[in-house]
Amino acid sequence: MAYFLQQLINGVTLGSIYGLIAIGYTMVYGIIGMINFAHGEIYMIGAFLAVLCFSMLGMAGVTWVPLALVLVLLVAMVFTSAYGWAVERVAYRPLRGSQRLAALISAIGMSLVLQNYVLLTQGAGLKTLQPIVSGGFVVYDAPDFVVTLSYIQIIILVLTVVLMAAFASVIARTALGRAQRACEQDRGMALLLGIDVDRTISLTFVMGAGLAAVAGVMVALYYGVIDFFMGFIAGLKAFTAAVLGGIGSLPGAMLGGMLLGMVEAFWSGYFSVEYKDVAAFGILVLVLIFRPTGLLGQPEIEKV
Amino acid sequence: MTGRKATLGFGAVFLAATGLAGAATADELVIGTAGPLTGQYAIFGEQMVRGAEMAVADINAAGGVLGKTLVLELGDDACEAKQAVAVANQMANKGIAFMAGHFCSSTSIPASEVYYEEDIVQISPASTNPTLTEQGFDNVFRVCGRDDQQGEMAGQFLAKNFAGKRFAVLHDKTAYGKGLADETKKALNANGIQEVMYEAYTAGEKDYTALVSKLKAANIEVIYVGGYHTEAGLIVRQARQQGLQAQLVSGDALVTEEFWSITGDAGEGTLFSFSPDPAKNPEAADVVARFLDQGYRPEGYTLYTYAAIQVFAQAAEMAGTTDADKVIGVLRGKTFDTVFGTIGFDAKGDVSAPGYVFYEWKNGNYDYTDM
Repeated sequence: MAYFLQQLINGVTLGSIYGLIAIGYTMVYGIIGMINFAHGEIYMIGAFLAVLCFSMLGMAGVTWVPLALVLVLLVAMVFTSAYGWAVERVAYRPLRGSQRLAALISAIGMSLVLQNYVLLTQGAGLKTLQPIVSGGFVVYDAPDFVVTLSYIQIIILVLTVVLMAAFASVIARTALGRAQRACEQDRGMALLLGIDVDRTISLTFVMGAGLAAVAGVMVALYYGVIDFFMGFIAGLKAFTAAVLGGIGSLPGAMLGGMLLGMVEAFWSGYFSVEYKDVAAFGILVLVLIFRPTGLLGQPEIEKV
Repeated sequence: MTGRKATLGFGAVFLAATGLAGAATADELVIGTAGPLTGQYAIFGEQMVRGAEMAVADINAAGGVLGKTLVLELGDDACEAKQAVAVANQMANKGIAFMAGHFCSSTSIPASEVYYEEDIVQISPASTNPTLTEQGFDNVFRVCGRDDQQGEMAGQFLAKNFAGKRFAVLHDKTAYGKGLADETKKALNANGIQEVMYEAYTAGEKDYTALVSKLKAANIEVIYVGGYHTEAGLIVRQARQQGLQAQLVSGDALVTEEFWSITGDAGEGTLFSFSPDPAKNPEAADVVARFLDQGYRPEGYTLYTYAAIQVFAQAAEMAGTTDADKVIGVLRGKTFDTVFGTIGFDAKGDVSAPGYVFYEWKNGNYDYTDM
């Protein structure tokens, strides 16, 4: 039981990170029907900005952890959002209205560009961050197993829940959210009704990038090791999470992320660490066979 | 129009990635070094490049090889088998006479087939998987040890110092990691220790918390990792976060300061096996001093790459030619003065260098362990 609880904590933490990245995929898909393959790289840039910021704050003498954390989150979100906006402006907007494949290929190209840009400017080696938020507490002291929950895991969970709630209310209640939902349903009609479609799409990219930046900051804090290639695997997993939950659905992305994180943790914990990815992708296959639109996805006819 | 723009973009990236070959002139002799110059093991690529550049500069300053100036070509295999074969073919096209590489066993082994077919002498500074010199290719040598030696020695060391403890053996599924873990497991079992857990993990991931919880639930006291420093570092860091105080033991891929930058204090007391530190040899004092002048500590496989190039240069001088068959004959029959002292090769191409010793990480530095 104690061991189960620990693996649950491990899985939910990992799942939160997958979920935060997956939202970026799902929102972009929902609104323009394309997979933004450069999104993993956006997350990687967020992580690099986090490490950069933490070292700069350290040099500037900002050592009070909560302040440093808030500053880094803000800076990383602002700059990463700028990257998200620029990617859309440079690589996708000029191709809007052309074939769907063109935008997809442009996305893959953008992903290569960003990866190599970080490789050239930041070097090929690892960047490391010494533990900033260390410590934690014992949740449950069973005779055979001690369940621990670290502060950084708590921060990740709380931040994920807060951001999810904030995003859900933005989409449900604000003018921007209404515009996004309108664009999702029928872009042509939205345009006719006076919605600035380009601006709405830009803001969607900005929002997705902001969440990816949070995931990047959390990963840098939690694991302490980043490299220019990290966006690839994380992007793949988050994309899987988005598809699992039903691509285009915001709660679906979060659910998919959580599910993927937990499958990985429990499979590692009770069966074999070696085959955890096989289990995760196996579940994806099963879900897609019985629910082709994902767990919470709406059936749609036109989109590829 | 837009479609053409995208194609052009791809072309530019592709050209930049492959680079353009420079043609060698008559008084130049091209040699190559290939390893992970990018990716998560890039730190080892840097060790190789540093060692190779210094060796080439020193040999050229002393008059070159057979009156020719050495020119160094670098190849990036990112520690991936597919890319290694591509790099090997590129190197062959550039007309290299010698390859000081690769780093990872999983790249040296497939690349060696290309060098064998193209008649290029290959001396790996770092690939320890036994298969490399067991394939029957007469052009393949190495200046480092073999994992069957390393595993045998690790097994005996662990059996002596950690008898009666609960062991876990982990590996990363690569030729190097799995090879080393299996050899160590064999030696452990032969010495009467049965491991409690044997698991494989995926290299390149960041999250090993589930694995760590599993180790903790099995009350593991000693973790042996066959793998590279990034994953071993993340595993021990996450273990300490969950309050698991097991002893981490690993192999020669931990011989880089980057390990400590990943673990911080969590790495304290970590043990790993590696050959006796070549930087401590009197023959290496001069070279080591010049590296330190450059602000670079010649760690791990830096001096091995240096030695590999020294060996080739001397063998070519002795043979009076760079013809592969003649050089191979000299390599098998003669001994060479390197930064490790005098070394020779056996019939398989393995070096007659000293075996392995255990090091310990303490306060951000590693040195021979007192155990």
